[in-house]
Amino acid sequence: MADTGQMDWKAIVADPRFQALHRKKTAVLWGLMVFSVVYYFLLPIGAAYFQDLFKIRVFGPVNVGILFALSEFVVAWGIAFYYAHKANAEFDTEAAIIVRDAEKKYGVKK
Amino acid sequence: MTARRFASLAAAIALTAVATPALAQGAVADKWRWLVFLVFGAIIASTMFVTYLAAKRVKSVADFYTAGGGVSGLQNGWAIAGDYLSAASFLGIAGLISIWGYDGFMYSVGWLVAYITVLLVIAEPCRNIGKYTLADILAYRNNPRATRIVGAISVITVSTFYLTAQMVGGGVLVKTLIGIDYEISVVVVGVLMLGYVLFGGMVATTWVQIIKAALLVTASIVLVIMVWSQYGFFGDFLNNVVADPKIQARVAQILGDGAKNMSPQELGQRFLEPGLLFRAPVDQISLGMALVFGTAGLPHILMRFFTVPTAQAARKSVIWAMGIIGGFYVLTLFLGMGSAMKVGADQIRAIDAGGNMAAPLLAQALGGGADSLLGNFMLAFVAAVAFATIVAVVAGLVLAAASAMAHDLWVGVIRGEHVTPQEQVKAARIATVVVGAMAIAIGIAAKGQNVAHLVALAFAVAASANFPCVLLTLYWKRCNTGGIVLGMIVGTLTAIALVMVSPNMTYPKAQKAAAQKVLDATPAKLEKLNADLAAAADDAAKAKLQKAIAAVDKDVAAAKGALDKFKGDDTSLVGLEKPWFELRNPGLVSIPLGFLCVIIGSLLYRDKRAEDMWDELYARQNTGILAAKAVAH
Repeated sequence: MADTGQMDWKAIVADPRFQALHRKKTAVLWGLMVFSVVYYFLLPIGAAYFQDLFKIRVFGPVNVGILFALSEFVVAWGIAFYYAHKANAEFDTEAAIIVRDAEKKYGVKK
Repeated sequence: MTARRFASLAAAIALTAVATPALAQGAVADKWRWLVFLVFGAIIASTMFVTYLAAKRVKSVADFYTAGGGVSGLQNGWAIAGDYLSAASFLGIAGLISIWGYDGFMYSVGWLVAYITVLLVIAEPCRNIGKYTLADILAYRNNPRATRIVGAISVITVSTFYLTAQMVGGGVLVKTLIGIDYEISVVVVGVLMLGYVLFGGMVATTWVQIIKAALLVTASIVLVIMVWSQYGFFGDFLNNVVADPKIQARVAQILGDGAKNMSPQELGQRFLEPGLLFRAPVDQISLGMALVFGTAGLPHILMRFFTVPTAQAARKSVIWAMGIIGGFYVLTLFLGMGSAMKVGADQIRAIDAGGNMAAPLLAQALGGGADSLLGNFMLAFVAAVAFATIVAVVAGLVLAAASAMAHDLWVGVIRGEHVTPQEQVKAARIATVVVGAMAIAIGIAAKGQNVAHLVALAFAVAASANFPCVLLTLYWKRCNTGGIVLGMIVGTLTAIALVMVSPNMTYPKAQKAAAQKVLDATPAKLEKLNADLAAAADDAAKAKLQKAIAAVDKDVAAAKGALDKFKGDDTSLVGLEKPWFELRNPGLVSIPLGFLCVIIGSLLYRDKRAEDMWDELYARQNTGILAAKAVAH
C-alpha cells in the first residue's frame, strides 16, 4: 500500500470543495438508492395486494403487470445511466481537482 | 402437501437449479451423447488454453487475487455477469416462467435491481479502499485482527453455502442432462475449477467467466430469435401465449376447481397475470430484500471490483454488467414462455419438477426435436453452457473463500502481515486446494440432500452481516470495531438460525402426513380410473388413462418411500415438529437486526483508531486519492 503518512486528511476533508462534492454525492446517491428500492418493492407488493390493477389490459394481452415488470428494467437502467452520467461529468472532475491539489501539496510523486 | 407449500417448494428448487433425479438416463439420448461430449470438450479445451496463457501472467499475489488490477471495465462487466448468472438464474428462472408464467418473470427483476445497490454505494468505494478481500475494507479503520477474523468467517460461510448449492446443483444437472454419475460430475467440476484457479488465478477465472457469459448470451439470443420467428415478436408472441392450448391446460391444472368457469382465452390470459406461484407476499418481500442488499455483500462479486484499475472502471463494469444481466432476464421471458408453448409444462416437469430443463428442452425442440442432429446439437450447446456456468461461478467462489483464508486469516491474523511475497502466493495456492477439495467433498457428501435453500441463505447472510458492516464502515463516521464484530456475528447467526427453524427444512411429521394422505386417496382414484379405462371408447382415451394410472402408481411409490425414509422420525434437524419461523427467507428480520447490531455495537464501544482514520477513509473512498498508486506498488 502507498505511504499515506504525509497526507493531511483532516485538511482534505475540511476543504470546502470536498465538502461540496460530498454533499452533492450524498444527495444523488441516497436519493437514487431510496427511489430504486421503493420502486422495486412496488412490484411484489402490487403483484400481491393490487392484483386487479395488475390484471387490467392495456393493449392486446399486455396488462399493467407486464408493463410494470418491464418498467423495472427500464428504471434500473435509467438510474444506472443517470448516475454514470452525473459521476462522469461532475463527480470525477471535482474529485480529480482535489486529488491533484492534495498530491501537489503533500508531495506525492506522480 | 398444500398448493402453497408446493409452489414455494418449486420456487426453492428452481432457485438453486437442484433437480430431483427424476430420470435414470439423461435428457440426451445415448445415441447423441458423443455430440454433447464434443461440445463440452471444445469448451473445456478453450478455457484450458486461456488458463495456460493466464498462468504465465500470474506471478505476484496481486496477480493471483485480482489479476494485478489490470482488467478493463468492459471485461469486468462481462466477468461480473459470468460470475453472477449461476445455473439458478440461467436455468431456474426460465423454468419458473415456463411453469408459472408472470410470477417467474417478476422473480427475475430483483436479481437486476440488486446491482443498483452495488453501483451506487459499494463498487467505487470498495475499489478505492480495498485490496484483495472484503475484510480489507473492514480492517481499514477498525481493529484489523478482530475484523479480519469475523470478516473471513462470514466470507467463508457465505461462499461455502453458495458453493455447496452449486456443486450439488451441478452434479444433478449434468446427471439429468447426459446421465453421467453424480459423483463423477462433481469431481470433474471440482478438478476443472481447481485447474483454472490454481494455475491461472484471477486472470484465468476472469476469462472463464467472460467466455461463459458470452456463450450464455449467444445461446439466449439464438434461441430467442428462433422463438420469435415462430411465435412473433412482443404483442404477437403474447397473443400466441394466450391462445396456446398447452398453456391454457397448465393454468387450468394450477387453478384446479377455480378454472371451471373460465374460457380458454381467460385461462391463457391468466398465465400473464400475477399470483399463480407466489401466494405469500411477505415471503417475496423478504427474499427481495435479501437479493437487493445481499448481492452487494457477496464476496465473490465484491472481489471483482478489486480487479479493475480505477473507480471509473468499476463504475463502467457495473453498467456493463447491468446491461448484460438485465438484457438476459428480458430474453428469459421469451425463453420461458417459448418453452411453455413449444415443449409444454407437463413435459418440462416430467424431466425435472423444478423446471430447470425448460431452456435445454426448448433448444432441442427448436432444433428439430429429440431425433434430429440440429436439435441434439443445440441441446448439447445449452447443456455445455450450463456446465461452463457452474465451473465459472464455482471458480469465483473458491477464489473468494481462498483469499479470505490465506490473505485475511493466515497473512493478516496468524502471521501479522509479516510474510514474504513468495510465501503469500504459496499460501493463496494452498488455500485454493483446501477450499477446492472441501467443495468436492461437500458436494459428494451432500448427494441427495435438499440444498435448495442454500443460495437464498447465502444471500441472506451476505445481506444481514456483510452488507451492513461494509456500508456503515464506509459511510458512518461513528462506526467502529465493536459494531463490525457484533454485526457480523449476530447477522450471520440470525440468518442461519432462522433458516434452520423455517419451512425450508424437512419436517418428517408433515411429510409423513402428506404421504399418508396420498396413500389414503389412492384406492378411490385407481378405482375410478380403471372404471373409466374399461368404458373408454378409443385408443387415445385409453392411452391417456393408462398414463394417469401410471402417474398414480408413481405417486404411491414416492409416498411409500417417504413413509419408509422418515420411519420413527418425527422432528426436523433441530428437533422441531413444525416450522417455528414462517418465512422461507430470513431477510425481513435478519437484515434490520444486522444493521441494528452494527449501530449498537459501535455506540457501546470506543475505538480511537476508527475515529482517527475516518477522515482518511472518507477522503479516499470519495476521491480515489492514492488508490491507483496502491496498485502500482
